[in-house]
Amino acid sequence: MSELTLFLIRVAYLAILWIFVLSAISVIRSDMFGARVPEAARGAADRSRKQSKQAQPPKRRRGAPTHVLVTEGANSGERAELEQAPILIGRGNDAAIRLDDDYVSTRHARIAASGDQWFVEDLGSTNGTYIGSVRITQPTTITLGTQVRIGKTILELRK
Amino acid sequence: MPQSNGSFLGFVHRLPGRRGAELFLLILALFVGIGAYAAVGLGVQGEVPADIVGYGGWLALLVIGCHVVVRFVAPYADPVLLPVVAALNGLGLAVIHRLDLAYAADGSDATPSGFARQQLIWMTLGVLLFIGTLFALRDHRVLQRFTYTSGLAAIVLLLLPMLPGIGATINGARIWIHLGPFSFQPGEVAKVLLVIAFAGYLVLHREALALAGRRVLFVDLPRGRDLGPILAMWLISLGILVFQHDLGSSLLFFGLFLIALYVATERPGWLIVGGGLFLIGALAAYKLISHVTLRVDVWLHPMTYYDKSPGSFQPVEAMFGMGWGGLIGRGFGGGSPERVPYANSDFIISSIGEELGLTAVIAVILLYGLIVERALRAALVCRDGFGKLMATGLAAIFALQVFVVIGGVTSLIPLTGLTTPFLSYGGSSLVANWVIIALLLRISDQARRPIPDLSGPDESADSETTQVVKLTP
Repeated sequence: MSELTLFLIRVAYLAILWIFVLSAISVIRSDMFGARVPEAARGAADRSRKQSKQAQPPKRRRGAPTHVLVTEGANSGERAELEQAPILIGRGNDAAIRLDDDYVSTRHARIAASGDQWFVEDLGSTNGTYIGSVRITQPTTITLGTQVRIGKTILELRK
Repeated sequence: MPQSNGSFLGFVHRLPGRRGAELFLLILALFVGIGAYAAVGLGVQGEVPADIVGYGGWLALLVIGCHVVVRFVAPYADPVLLPVVAALNGLGLAVIHRLDLAYAADGSDATPSGFARQQLIWMTLGVLLFIGTLFALRDHRVLQRFTYTSGLAAIVLLLLPMLPGIGATINGARIWIHLGPFSFQPGEVAKVLLVIAFAGYLVLHREALALAGRRVLFVDLPRGRDLGPILAMWLISLGILVFQHDLGSSLLFFGLFLIALYVATERPGWLIVGGGLFLIGALAAYKLISHVTLRVDVWLHPMTYYDKSPGSFQPVEAMFGMGWGGLIGRGFGGGSPERVPYANSDFIISSIGEELGLTAVIAVILLYGLIVERALRAALVCRDGFGKLMATGLAAIFALQVFVVIGGVTSLIPLTGLTTPFLSYGGSSLVANWVIIALLLRISDQARRPIPDLSGPDESADSETTQVVKLTP
């Protein structure tokens, strides 16, 4: 086998090795920042979103929650509009819904939107945030009427 | 507050499983492994090896088998870990095969495919255990129940080589056990068990460790009853290793303990105290243990000891080899890596450096970096403390082991014997590392799984019916 062939084999192998390393890195890259959507596909997605909005705006409008209401507890009846999202719930003065409940932390939980879904997220409170009887450990989707229990207080989304 | 708006958004826009990307990378990894085998054949024997189809087919079968299992059992697991491991293992097999050919050529003991064949059998066993772990362990949090059991098991395993019947001293370190025809290094399994034990203990006691106790100088010293059990566990294992002359593993366990404590308590003081203790211990070992004195002297003045009897022949030959290899290496068959004793286990990096050059060594180190990065990533994304600590511990083990061994071979730090994960010849290490990867995939699968939807269906929202809780994704 000639010198040149061996040299080419060596270089080719190193190239394979580095192609592997670089593709692994590029997979991680898109894992971190998300894949780049081609311009055409993005346009198409926008269009289809627009069309679907035009097709069914009344239904979505009617179904969507508009405010958070305290249904049980000392502050029963208090409400906050969802337009001001994210909504902070707690005993502190900066909370959008201020609760006079000894079992509630100063900054207890938060309600925020992603797309057309609403999430409740516990902010590291002492007594926890419950949906039904489940203590949540991560942002959890809530819909109309889902009862979120914070201390002795129960809140829910209303339209 | 630790949970900012960013982390909230990060939770929602999580990517689904990326099995397609994994398959693509695995095929590239197979090119790396089988390509190396073909290049060895072309370089050393002047032809593509006759058994390339069988060999390549077997590798492909193992790797694709892993992929299929991951696809079904851990669909959201990290896509990069498995291919990186497959590539490293394939490259290691080829280099071991190349050394086998060299040993056969100059008439020393091995047959042309001795060590490589053995290693392929170990790899098969490793892959089977990998698959078994993924099947048996559907949720890593189960392991938290075995905190003390695994701590105890680790100590028992470390003690096994001391038993007169089955223990054996090989190359001055008493870290092997013989069971019939098999020999095994229990320390490799013990390190996985210790990670589980540390994580399980620290996740329960981290608050107490971080908050209760007195402040001495710059560090908040925790109360004895909080630190006691884990300190005992660690001291015993460290004592055993020092007693067995296994310096590399002692270093590994010391570092693992420090990192686990630091991550659990979020107190950088531990690193300062631990670093200080390490310096004191290292200095004392240098003064008192002749074995260590020699290692450090050899590291500082390698050329002086080149032809002495317990000398520096091995590291110096490794340096000659890597220097001879230069930037792009001599090519497979172009160098003589077999001159370095134990070139196929501890010193495999020097063989790679000689025949594939710095270019390949950097690629290999980057691959290890990727494994560590993915493990830490799994720890960051993971939602439970135990998983976080366990993934961090496993990442720490990888990082430390690679640093200690590659640093030793390249004479950055004094040489301590440890295997290079996935590359080196050695069954215990290979099998244990495959299990570590299975555990990491399990944690990352749990971590990247989409959030379970706990809300009731829209239609029943207005009526006062019983809430339906959906648990599965």
